[in-house]
Amino acid sequence: MSTLATAPVAEGAPAAGRPKPKSQGGGFGRYLLVRFLLIFPTIFILVTLVFFLMRTTGDPITAAQGGRLGPEALAALREAAGYDRPLFIQYFEYLGQVATFNFGSTLTTNRPVIDVLTTYGPATFELVLYSLIVAFAVGIPLGRLAAYHRDKPQDAVFRVLAILWYAVPIFFAGLLLKLIFAVWLKWLPVAGRASVNAELQMQLVPNKTSFYTIDALMTGDPAVLGDVLAHAVLPAIALGLLTGGIFLRLVRTNVIGTLATDYVDAARSRGVAESRLLRKHAYRPALIPIVTVIGLQIALLLSGAVLTETTFEWKGLGFILAEFLESRDFVAVQGIVVLLAVIVALTNFVVDIIAAFIDPRVRY
Amino acid sequence: MTAASVTPVRRRPLRDRLPIVHQLRQSMGLQRGMLVAGLVMVAVFILCSIVAPLIAPYGFAQRKDESGAFGTQQPPSPEHVFGTTVGGYDVFSRVIWGTQTAILVIVIAVLLSIFIGVALGLYSGYFGGWLDRVLVVVCDAIYAFPSLLLAIVLSIVISAGQSNLWGGVLAAAGSITVVFIPQYFRVIRAETVRIKAEAFVESAKVLGASNARIVFKHVFRNATRTLPLIITLNSSEAILTLAALGFLGFGIEPTAAAEWGYDLFKAQSDVTSGIWWTAFFPGAAIVFTVLGITLVGESLNDLADPRLRGRRRVAQAAGEVAATSVVPGGTLTAGPGGLDGLEDGQSFDEHGIEVRR
Repeated sequence: MSTLATAPVAEGAPAAGRPKPKSQGGGFGRYLLVRFLLIFPTIFILVTLVFFLMRTTGDPITAAQGGRLGPEALAALREAAGYDRPLFIQYFEYLGQVATFNFGSTLTTNRPVIDVLTTYGPATFELVLYSLIVAFAVGIPLGRLAAYHRDKPQDAVFRVLAILWYAVPIFFAGLLLKLIFAVWLKWLPVAGRASVNAELQMQLVPNKTSFYTIDALMTGDPAVLGDVLAHAVLPAIALGLLTGGIFLRLVRTNVIGTLATDYVDAARSRGVAESRLLRKHAYRPALIPIVTVIGLQIALLLSGAVLTETTFEWKGLGFILAEFLESRDFVAVQGIVVLLAVIVALTNFVVDIIAAFIDPRVRY
Repeated sequence: MTAASVTPVRRRPLRDRLPIVHQLRQSMGLQRGMLVAGLVMVAVFILCSIVAPLIAPYGFAQRKDESGAFGTQQPPSPEHVFGTTVGGYDVFSRVIWGTQTAILVIVIAVLLSIFIGVALGLYSGYFGGWLDRVLVVVCDAIYAFPSLLLAIVLSIVISAGQSNLWGGVLAAAGSITVVFIPQYFRVIRAETVRIKAEAFVESAKVLGASNARIVFKHVFRNATRTLPLIITLNSSEAILTLAALGFLGFGIEPTAAAEWGYDLFKAQSDVTSGIWWTAFFPGAAIVFTVLGITLVGESLNDLADPRLRGRRRVAQAAGEVAATSVVPGGTLTAGPGGLDGLEDGQSFDEHGIEVRR
């Protein structure tokens, strides 16, 4: 193509042009490094923000015990915990703690926050995973259908559905699902991660993982696995539909976009069948942006998980966060929030790397 | 100046320049249906909040009238069309009064975040420098963070347990504001950087216009075209965040104001025992309001996106197409805290650093 036009200078061109593609090829390593280094300022800013915000209200002990204890007892407690020292000293101490993965201890239960993560983290991870499965299963096929029937009644229905899923707050969707399928129809359990019997059986598993699905598999009892999965259905749907609606819209727009590209036109002019065009030519490239968007969805999913877990008493990080909020244990809240910030930053990093790996246009 | 020396510039008629009216005329078919439905729903919502004292049979904190106490968890009846809550309030009255709280929060949150976000974005985009870098990094950090968690932290900070009407409303609005500022900041900053390079800004500079004049007269006026879209988006987001805070128990006490999320919070245990009306009606009110606002926002976005607009009317607005920022894939793709596509995303990476492509 354009090489024909520049043929006369072709001798010198490769030599002059070579360094540039090479630097782009090495761009992946550089991109990786830059993205990795960017994790730290992100976490640092959030830790700083959360720390100073939380302290503008006063120290956590006054917040938790205020009114219940006399001023002397309060002062003694504050001194013991070091909250009477200058704020900046406390701040640097806290930074040091976070740098060594010490997120403090909860006031009410006096457990290290990192323990809270290992106990409740798997539940949240499982919930997010299940809801992502729901989101993919719902969003991608429907989005494809909507694009295929663009501007027809099916398309209208799917689009309105996607907007509706967004407009229904997760906890309201959860309450409705619970009311219909658990209370009225009695098809599925109302709340929790497993029934008492199943939990007892899973307690006996030698190397417990706290991932109930894995634990249930290890009991070797299909009834336990069924019980665990039945408990996951409603929360996964409540959380998954929101993301599913987003995927639906994204797939729709992207498929419409790729269907209008030159290479699809070219294929069409070669006589490729319309259904094959959609399946082979337009569909796959349209999926790439989804990978990029998942990074943004992680933050949304975690916000959603807090609400879903509260609605279904799903004992994950969000559930325990809500409990600490209720008991005004702001040390624990701060710890969990900072911890989640670290998780979000790390996940975003991984997703960005995967996206860059799949789609070279992301690297620069 | 004589009339002859001025080339007459034909301005488009007023009806084409008004934000919503123009889009309404431009729309067609399904898109028009969605836009009209959304506008009607928003109108109903606003109307409800204005005439709430006339529609609501009881006060939002009223538990008894002359014929005695309402009773708790009463099913819907002629006296209480939506039944009564576990606390003995009339559900219908609280749903109606809730519109006022919602509007209050939307207005405060959106105004505050526009004001701060636009100011920071203009400064950052126009002057650049180290403050720009710092602001970009800070806003990105906030942006990538689960917005609900930030709102929780902020509502602890702002209200710290107090829950009268203004304390609660300000806590909710304030926490939503901080989550939204980065969105306005990013959009306005990106626009400002783009506009700064335009010829008319340069000629203003050559003519000796001050920075303030250039920023407010030339840049700001041209950078605001995406604002209606973000405002609608953020309004629905504000209602959802307010409700989520209420649902987590950070709401406004029932005696201070009616708040739908808080009512849902209190209705949680009702659902398990099959009492549906205490949860259904406040939830439906949230869905109705958010749906209305989102339909308007979605339609505005689709109409601004040449790829999604109905094909027949493209010509009508062709002049504006090229420079319009939209969220690819619709506004929902962006999700809470995500408005990536609103920037001229091709030239900026997620850290606001200019990228050659």
